[in-house]
Amino acid sequence: MKQASMKQASMKQASMKAFKFNSLVLVALLAGYSIASHADTLKKISDSGSITLAYRESSVPFSYLEAPGKPIGFGMDIAGKVVDAIRQSSGKKEIKIAYQAVTSQNRLPLVANGTVDLECGSTTNNAARAKDVAFAINYFYASSRLLVKKSSKIKRLGDLAGQTVATTTGSTSFGQLRKLSLEKNLNLSVVPAKDHADGFLLLEAGRAQAFVMDDILLAGLLANAKNPADYEIVGEPLQTEAYACMLRKDDPAFKKLVDATLTGLMKSGEFEKLYKKWFQSPLPPSGKSLDMSMGQRLRENLKSPSDQPAS
Amino acid sequence: MQWDWQVFCNSTISGDAAASCFGSGGDVTYLQWMLSAWGWTIAVSLLALLIALLFGLTIGVLRTLPSRGLSACAACWTELFRNIPVLVQIFLWYHVLPVLLPALKNVASFYLAAIALGLFTSARIAEQIRAGVQSLPAGQLQAATALGLTTWQSYRAVILPQALRIVLPALTSEAMNIVKNSSVAFAVSVTELTLFAMQAQEETSRGMEIYAGVTVLYVVTALAVNRVMALIEARTRVPGLIGMS
Repeated sequence: MKQASMKQASMKQASMKAFKFNSLVLVALLAGYSIASHADTLKKISDSGSITLAYRESSVPFSYLEAPGKPIGFGMDIAGKVVDAIRQSSGKKEIKIAYQAVTSQNRLPLVANGTVDLECGSTTNNAARAKDVAFAINYFYASSRLLVKKSSKIKRLGDLAGQTVATTTGSTSFGQLRKLSLEKNLNLSVVPAKDHADGFLLLEAGRAQAFVMDDILLAGLLANAKNPADYEIVGEPLQTEAYACMLRKDDPAFKKLVDATLTGLMKSGEFEKLYKKWFQSPLPPSGKSLDMSMGQRLRENLKSPSDQPAS
Repeated sequence: MQWDWQVFCNSTISGDAAASCFGSGGDVTYLQWMLSAWGWTIAVSLLALLIALLFGLTIGVLRTLPSRGLSACAACWTELFRNIPVLVQIFLWYHVLPVLLPALKNVASFYLAAIALGLFTSARIAEQIRAGVQSLPAGQLQAATALGLTTWQSYRAVILPQALRIVLPALTSEAMNIVKNSSVAFAVSVTELTLFAMQAQEETSRGMEIYAGVTVLYVVTALAVNRVMALIEARTRVPGLIGMS
């Protein structure tokens, strides 16, 4: 018993070391940052004169690279508005923005350990993550649906009984499909694809009869497909997830500021302008539009903003 | 972040703690899923190792034969499979070859991954076999020939028994490498340990625990392979044949 607890303690130490080492390396990359994670982000930003924003390399249109080192997107615009608000509230004009690339695997620890201050990408706001980080007001609602070949005549999940369904490794859809398959006795064979593009490839090659993913991502894949007319997005949403900016836990002042910024944008109508810019207009650099009108859930959220996970 | 080992006993369906660490029906725990993923890792590794040894031995021997044609063919094989990254080879087997050979479309990704990994490793094993054979003094083959043995008989009775013993340590490394390289099978949707880790850590947000568990299983597997090979080495040892042993 004692041995076990000692073992655990030494493992814990090892993990702390790993984290410190991790941030040390990043610190070197970012040129001069304090190592310790601060619970008071606003003070940290004001003291250091800079804020670190996380970006994704290809989460179109939320956060992606237009060119190397130039992250843009809906989330990046919103993060920019937050920085404006910090400049205003702190009275400091000179707040530098540093950018740090994150992936879906490392975004949580990097926010929690203080390497990045704000992550506005395509991160789902859910209860499991809320144990380690805090979420601002939701700024998008994604529903996972089926992408199928038009010729397959599949219209809903029930039509897929006994067949193969692809989804992306690391996505929440994988768990959802396992659950639905068991509950509805569908006996689905769920094939986890390496990434979204690979999932689409599985459907194209006929290794899967449907690709289940968030509608926004499916729209993005279709916009870039060779023959978008051969495919369609069908079925009721399997689940709806809220996307929100992620920040450190237990930092009420910073969360209040981010929430106030979002609420301000929503009330002033500026949020809808940003939505039009990123979801209904040609996107840089491809010049293709996603053509997604604003969903019901997001519309409701504009009226009464919520920072809770979409159930 | 705190360690939370409970995550392994949670249900993969509801995410809540299961009654025991082993669920029933379709409602399995993360521990069960990890063990099944371990099974896939072992299955891919063993099948790949079998393919690698079979082809590696053949190609390695061919490279040492006096026949120029056979030797050149074997050299081409080696260069083809060791000059292309293993991940790219897997994609070629999975995405490109089925377009050329429609029959491959119905082959499960598990077999394609094992074939790709096996052939990749066969090139490396072939080189080790060749090194083993060529490390023997020329007099060995000459003496065998002088005794009236055919080339096949000399290899079977004189050359290979010595060469294989010499390269056993290198083959041990290769066998352990296969276990670790089997992680590339995730790229073609084989639900092995790496894929389990990537998916489970997203679902549970307990990446450190999940990766720790997976790391332990990889180490255990590679170490088991190492021990089996050490046993083979000890059992087949001929006193006085190789240097210090």
